[in-house]
Amino acid sequence: MIHKKLSIVAAIGLIAASAFLGTTPAHADEPRPEPPVVELVLDVSGSMKAADIGGETRMTVAKRAFDEVVDALPETTQLGIRVLGATYGGDDKKLGCKDTQQIVPVGPVNRVAAKNAIATLKPTGYTPIGLALREAAADLDGAGSARRIVLISDGEDTCTPPDPCTVARELAAAGTSLVVDTLGLTPDEKTRKQLVCISQATGGTYASAKSEEELTDRIKQLVGRAALPPPVTPAVVTGAKDCVTAPLLSAGVYTDRELIGEHRFYRVAVAEGDELRASVSIALDRPLNRDYGVLLKAATTDGRELVRGVDAGSGRADVLSTGLRWSGDAEPDLSARSDVCLIVSNSFASTTSAGAPGMPVELSIDLVAASDTPDAPGLGRGWLLLFVLAIAGLAAGVLAGWLTRWWVAKWGEN
Amino acid sequence: MQALITAAALLALADPSAGPVPITSVAGTSFLTAVTIAPQQRVEMDAVTGDYLYWQFPAEAGQRPELAITVALPQAGDRSGPQSWNVEVFDGLRRRQACVGGEQSPVAAAAATEVVLGCRLRQVRSWAEPWDGDPLPGTYYVKLSSTELPEKDLGLPVKVRLALTAPTGDTGADQGELAAPLVAGNRPGKVLTTPAPAPSASSEQDTAISMDWLPDFSSRWVWTVTGGVIAAITGLVGFSWTRRRRA
Repeated sequence: MIHKKLSIVAAIGLIAASAFLGTTPAHADEPRPEPPVVELVLDVSGSMKAADIGGETRMTVAKRAFDEVVDALPETTQLGIRVLGATYGGDDKKLGCKDTQQIVPVGPVNRVAAKNAIATLKPTGYTPIGLALREAAADLDGAGSARRIVLISDGEDTCTPPDPCTVARELAAAGTSLVVDTLGLTPDEKTRKQLVCISQATGGTYASAKSEEELTDRIKQLVGRAALPPPVTPAVVTGAKDCVTAPLLSAGVYTDRELIGEHRFYRVAVAEGDELRASVSIALDRPLNRDYGVLLKAATTDGRELVRGVDAGSGRADVLSTGLRWSGDAEPDLSARSDVCLIVSNSFASTTSAGAPGMPVELSIDLVAASDTPDAPGLGRGWLLLFVLAIAGLAAGVLAGWLTRWWVAKWGEN
Repeated sequence: MQALITAAALLALADPSAGPVPITSVAGTSFLTAVTIAPQQRVEMDAVTGDYLYWQFPAEAGQRPELAITVALPQAGDRSGPQSWNVEVFDGLRRRQACVGGEQSPVAAAAATEVVLGCRLRQVRSWAEPWDGDPLPGTYYVKLSSTELPEKDLGLPVKVRLALTAPTGDTGADQGELAAPLVAGNRPGKVLTTPAPAPSASSEQDTAISMDWLPDFSSRWVWTVTGGVIAAITGLVGFSWTRRRRA
C-alpha cells in the first residue's frame, strides 16, 4: 500500500518536474505564450443543399454544429470564421471563384454576433478552396506562432487551377508554421483525396463526418488542439551546400526545408567536455514512393565522419526522424574546441511532386556535459563471486591456523 | 466478450490505485506537441483512422516501460479492407527504440472490431556509449498510427485506450551515469555569427563531500556483502581445521 502511494507521489512529482523543466526555458526568453488562434473555413457552396445527413441538409447540420462549437469555446481561444461560395449564385466562374469572405474576424469571440453571422448563411455558389485557404492564412498573419485552420467541405474545389493541395504546400512553406485540419462532410472519393492531400501538405489531420455528432465532436477536438500549441517556435535557418559556408548554430530548435535527395550542412561549435546531441525530423508532406530513409551525419569540417543517426521506413507516415550523440572526449585529436558539421540528407523519391518547396525539416541541437565512461564495477555479483570468496576465506583461515600453530610451537606456550 | 476481457486486462494493468492520476483524453499531433503522460496513467480518447497520435513520458534508469493499447475500430460496414496499426517508441533524441515484447504492428482484419497493440521497452540503462542506441533516462515519445489501410477508410472514428506502466527492474548490471537525461531542450534556436564563449559548467567546485563514488543500492550490494560473510565463515572453518581436536 505504501509502495503504491509512493509511486503515485513519484508519478505526480515527475509530471510536475517535467512540466516545470519543460516550460522554464521557453518562459525565460519569451514573454507570455500567445493565446490559441484558429480559423474555421466553411464551404457554403451549392452542394451543401443536399439533404443526406439524417434527412437534413448538410448546411443545417453544419450550422447547428458551428453554434454548438461557438457555445463551447474556451474564453481564451481566438477564433475567426471564413466562408466560401456563400454569396455569388450566378454562372460566371470567374466571379464565383473569387467568392470568399471572413464573416467573423479573428479575435476573442462575440458569441451572439458569430451565431447571427452563421444563421444568415445560404448554400449558393462555387467552391474556391485554394483561394479561401490563401485568404485564411492571410487572416491569421501575425496572429500567433502556430496558425491553425480547420477546413470543412463537402465537395472538391471547382475552381482549379490552382490546385488547393499545391496552395496548401506553398502556404506551409512560406513563413511560420501553418496547419490545416480538414473535415469532409459525407465526402465522395475526389473530395476525400483532395482534403487528405491538403492536410498532409501542412501536417494536419483529415476526418470525415457522417453525422452531426461526429462533426461537432471533431471540430471541438481540433479547436481544443489549437489550445495546446507547441512549446517552442523553431527558428528558421537555411542549411548550406557545404561545411565551410554552413550556418553556425547554437543549442535550440530550427526549421528548414530540404528537397528530395538534397544534402544540407550546419555547423555547431562543441567545446571540450561537451556532448553534442542532435535530432532531425523530416515531414512527409507529399505523395512519396513506398520506401524512404533519413540520414543525420556528424563530421569534422574536413569531412571525416564521426557518428551517424539513420532511420528508414515505408508506407504511410507523417515524419521520419533520427538523432545522434557525440562527445569529443573519446577523440583526443578533436577534444580541443572544434566545429562539428551536421549533414542532413534523405532518400525520399516522388514521381509526382519532387520539386520545390522542399520538405519540412525540424532540427534540434543541444549541448550538455559529456558523460564519462564508467570505471569497472566496484561491487560484484553472482555465484562465482560467492564461490571465490568462500574458497579464499577457507584458504586464509587454514593459513592463519597453521601460522598460529607454528608460532606457538616455536615461541612456547600460548 | 473479447472487448470486455481486454478492458479488464487494461484496468488490471493500469492499477486501480491510480485513481488520483487523471485519465488523459488528448494526444499531440507531432513530436513537439506530444502530450505528457505518467506511468500508471491511462489515456482514453476519440480519434480517426489516419491520425498520428503522440504522447511522451519520462523514464528513469532501471525502468521497463510497457504500453498496452486497444483501438476500437470503426464499424465493419464502413470499412473496405484490413488495417495495419503501429505503435512506435522514440527516445528523447527521436531515435527509434526497439520493442522487445508486445504486438507492435498488428493487422486488423476487415471484420475485426478492435485491435490490440503493445510494446515493452528494454530496461532503461543509466549510461551508454554515445554511439549506442540503448534506452537512456529521459523523455520517450509514443506514436500510434494506422500505417496501411485502404484510402477510402481514412478519417473514420476510432476509440483509443492506452495504459502505461513502468515497473522498476534491477540496476545492478549497469555502471556509469548520464550527465543529462535525453530531454528535448525546447528553446528557439539562434544562428551565431561568431562562436559563443563556452559556458564553463565545470568551474563550479562542489564544497560538500561528494558521495558519487558509492554505487546506488542494487543486488550487487547483497551479493558482495553475502560473499564477505561467507568468506568470514569459511575462514573460521579453515582456521578450526588446523586445531587439534580435544578428545
